[in-house]
Order: sequence, then structure tokens, then C-alpha cells
Amino acid sequence: MSAKLEHAVLSLLEENARIELDQIATMLDEDKEIIIQIVDELEKKGVIVKYGTLINWQKASTKKVAALIDVKVTPQRGHGFDAIAKRIYLFPEVRSVYLMSGSYDLSVALEVDSMEAVGKFVTEKLAPIDSVVSTMTHFVMKKYKEDGVILDEPEKDERLVITP
Amino acid sequence: MNLEEKCSPIVRNMPPSGIRRFFDLVNSKPDAISLGVGEPDFITPWHIREAGVASLERGMTSYTSNQGMPELIETIRHYLQSQFTLSYEQTEVMITFGASEAIDLALRTLICPGDEILVPEPCYVSYIPCVQLAGGNPVPVPTKADHGFKLKVEDLERALTPNTKAIILCYPNNPTGAIMNKEDLAPIVEFVKKHELIVISDEIYGELTYGNKHTSIASFPGMKEHTILVSGFSKAFAMTGWRVGYVAAPLPLAQQMLKIHQYTALCASITSQVAAREALLHGLPECEAMASQYDRRRRLVVKAFQDLGFTCHEPQGAFYVFPSIESTGLDAHTFAEQLLLEESVAVVPGDVFGQSGTDHIRCSYATSLESLGEALNRIERFVKKQKNKQPIHHHG
Ligand SMILES: Cc1ncc(COP(=O)(O)O)c(C=O)c1O
Repeated sequence: MSAKLEHAVLSLLEENARIELDQIATMLDEDKEIIIQIVDELEKKGVIVKYGTLINWQKASTKKVAALIDVKVTPQRGHGFDAIAKRIYLFPEVRSVYLMSGSYDLSVALEVDSMEAVGKFVTEKLAPIDSVVSTMTHFVMKKYKEDGVILDEPEKDERLVITP
Repeated sequence: MNLEEKCSPIVRNMPPSGIRRFFDLVNSKPDAISLGVGEPDFITPWHIREAGVASLERGMTSYTSNQGMPELIETIRHYLQSQFTLSYEQTEVMITFGASEAIDLALRTLICPGDEILVPEPCYVSYIPCVQLAGGNPVPVPTKADHGFKLKVEDLERALTPNTKAIILCYPNNPTGAIMNKEDLAPIVEFVKKHELIVISDEIYGELTYGNKHTSIASFPGMKEHTILVSGFSKAFAMTGWRVGYVAAPLPLAQQMLKIHQYTALCASITSQVAAREALLHGLPECEAMASQYDRRRRLVVKAFQDLGFTCHEPQGAFYVFPSIESTGLDAHTFAEQLLLEESVAVVPGDVFGQSGTDHIRCSYATSLESLGEALNRIERFVKKQKNKQPIHHHG
């Protein structure tokens, strides 16, 4: 499979997970069989991880509270940061965990139902972990853009309906 | 006092644009999905907009030189050289209010009363009126669907008279999406040289081709002398509202055009000139990304029309498909009107772009994938309904 074709398939699926494989085939001028095979391979290799939906929870009727937590940890002999990262990312309320360069080690994104739940997570689950040295919690007040998509006010199509 | 009689007959006798008439109808259907828009659905890339904003913040609010900002002209020269192997001097390029002004300047500079200008059709709606306004006689040269709407030198030869002065070429073409590659252009080049004609080459869609790279007719040996190259930023960089374009021509022509521009336009907007420079310097990757999106939509639309049994040649450039709707038994105006009223999809009847566009419709695929998909579904439903309406002939 060419890297170019793979990239084209991935970018179409990243834009719309519900796009029909037929349509991908037409748009990329390829046989449907080839597209099916490519997607299959990408799924097997774990390049395509899952087909999700980007939700703007700020607009949904059940709200969610998001927080970013800077975590300083002591790395463990033989495991570096991986073991401690795993202890954190296995909590289902954790949306993402990144190992960072700079003044702290792990950036943990949390999405839960309430402010209290954030507090509870930090004091009862995160802080008590042995190798966690310190935490700094930042609440997200408003999401403007998520995963490359503007959530704020999308730019409107201002074009006239018919132009030459 | 009859104010209308005060107006010039050339203007009075000019029919209002066919697009305009249809526009009012479409406006009465606010929920319509429009495939009638001749401009990108993308918004100008942010770094280009940002360059414009920053120039305003720096207080750049003055006129520029008539010809345009020297830095922009320099950038355009490099761009033309590297993209299309065209060599123009600093004095041979001028910044205009879009390709639109450039077309008008070229025509007004060339035309003496009675001059004939060959206009291959279907074509962009401004050419014929602009020729008339300049006092010339437009001579339509029909191109045909069987040839993928490519221009044939035989058709030009048939239209040639001693009064022929110039030809307006527009490839990639609005509304047909046709292109002219090197082999297609070669006989036209010979014809132009033989009869010492001028080509006004509107290459505004030059960045939007879907197979081979665009060939400019000015890049043929000896053709720079015969060519007024018109282009701009509207289509390639999604900058229609900025009203900025340019014209490049051999010095003797450029000097004359500059005089008209100097007295009628003074100069193009400085904000837009700054943004246009940013577009050429750093915007080509985005331009490519937009072109690749158009390309994918193009295949989708062509397939949809072919699946409906329409004759639809594959457009190789711009962002239009121009299928024949003859198989529906409707003429283009009825088709477009009924489609709008019954299914709320707007397309443009092809004869708006000239007689040879009759029985075709122009659909722009500069439309988001979702809207495009929905519009195609509705068109399919509409066409199937028409088929059922057609009288059934009983044999026997
Ligand atoms: C063929 C052609 N030429 C020129 C123009 C006008 O371009 P500009 O916005 O640069 O004036 C258009 C716009 O639709 C066009 O389709």
C-alpha cells in the first residue's frame, strides 16, 4: 500500500468515521476491494484505533467538567515513567496522559461529571500513588477547539447562493 | 426627462446577467443547497488573513504605486517562473482588482471600434459584455461536449475575419472544467502566430487541475509577445472577497494597460496586496490541500451523474461539472427551476454561459462533502421522478 494512499484514506476517515468505503473508493479513484483491504490492515496494525464521535459536551444536556493536571513523579528503576503512567491511564475518567518535557512529567486530562469528582480523583486516586510527588490542577473553563475542530463559533459560509 | 435614454445604448441593450435572474429565484428558497456558487467553499487560510490584519495594525492604509507593491510584483514574477516557466520583467506585471479588472483592462487597451474578439463558449459570463463595453464585437466560437469542450483550431479558423484582433481563452474553464494541455494548445499557438492575434488568457483556475499541471499558452516559444496573461488569487487561495488579481503582458501592452488602471482604479487595496503576497509566499501547501479536496469531490460528482445516465465529461480543472441533461427531456432552465422548486437544489442552467451550453447545467463542487452528498441524492430523486412523469408509449 502506498503511503500516499494510506494517508488519503486515513484523512478521510479522520474527518468522518461514518463515510462509506464505496465513497472513499470513488473519491480516491481506487477499487473498493483495495480500500477494504487497506482499512482492514490499518485496523489490525492499530493505526486506526477506534471510530469515535467528537462531542461538544458544553452543548449537551448533561455537562462534563474537564481538567488538566500537571503531575510530577519520581521515575521508577527499570520502568522509567511507563509503569506510573499506566497506573494513571487505567482510570476510565482519564481522557489522555502525555509524558512531557519541561517542569513537570505527566500531563493528565480528566473529564468527569462535576468539580467534586475532579477533587475526589486528585485527592483519592492520583495524589496517594507513591511515586507522585506533586499535582497542579487546572480546570478547563471553555473549549474553543478540540482535535482540530473549532467548537466555538464555526466560521459561517457567507457566500451568495449563485455567483458566476 | 427619460433617464434611461440618457444612458449609453451599449449599456441599455446589455441584457442583465442570466445568473442574476436565477439568483433572485434561488433567494426565494432559503433552505436550498446551492451548487451554483462559483467560488471556493473554503475561507481564506488563516495565515493569509492574519497577514492582512497585521498590515492594518501596522497602519498600512495608504495607496500603493499604480502598478502595485513592488514586493508583490517580485513575488508574482518568481511564482510565474517557478510554476509555469514564464519570464516577466518587473515592469510587465500589474496588480488589479481581481482578474475581473484585468480582463476589462486588456479589452479596453486592445479594442478599436469594429474589432472582433473570438470568445470560445461556453464561457465566463463577463467576457461578452466587457468586449461590448469596450466597443468591440464579440464572436462566439462554440466548443462541443463531444470534444470535452476543448477548443479546436478549425472552429477558430471558421470564425476568423480581417477584423479579428484577439481571442479570450479560459482554461481550466468556467463553466465546463475543460483544460487545454500542451498538445491541445499547439495548433492554437500556430493559428495565433500566423494571424498575428493577441490571446487574452484567463488562467485564474491554473492551480486547480486534476491530472497534469496547467500549461500556460504564454510559455510556448514566441507566445509571450502574443499573450496578455490574466490571473488572480480568488480561486487558488480562496480569496474572492479580497478583490486582488494581476495581469502580465509584454511591456508595450503593459504600459498602455497601466494608463487605464491608473486613471480608473488608481491601485488595488493595500491590505489585499499584502495578503496576496503572503498567499504566494507561504500558501501553496494549502492551495494544494484544497485542490486535493476538490479532486475527491469531483470524482464523486462525475460518478453520480454518470450513474444517472447523464452524459458528463470528466472535468480536468476548476471546480465545475457540466453534465448534459438532455436525457431528462427538459431544457436547462426548466430543469434548474423544477429542481429548485421540488428538491431545493440550485444549479445554473448552461445557456447562461453561451448558446453551446444549452441542455447542460453547471454544478459547482466547491461545496462541503455533506452538502454535496445530500444535493446528489436529491438530484437523483428528482431525475427518477421525471422519468416516471415521461409519457409511456404503448406499442402493439
Ligand atoms: C473564468 C473566471 N475569470 C475571472 C473571474 C473573476 O475573478 P476575480 O475574483 O479575480 O475577479 C472568475 C470568477 O468567477 C472566473 O470564473
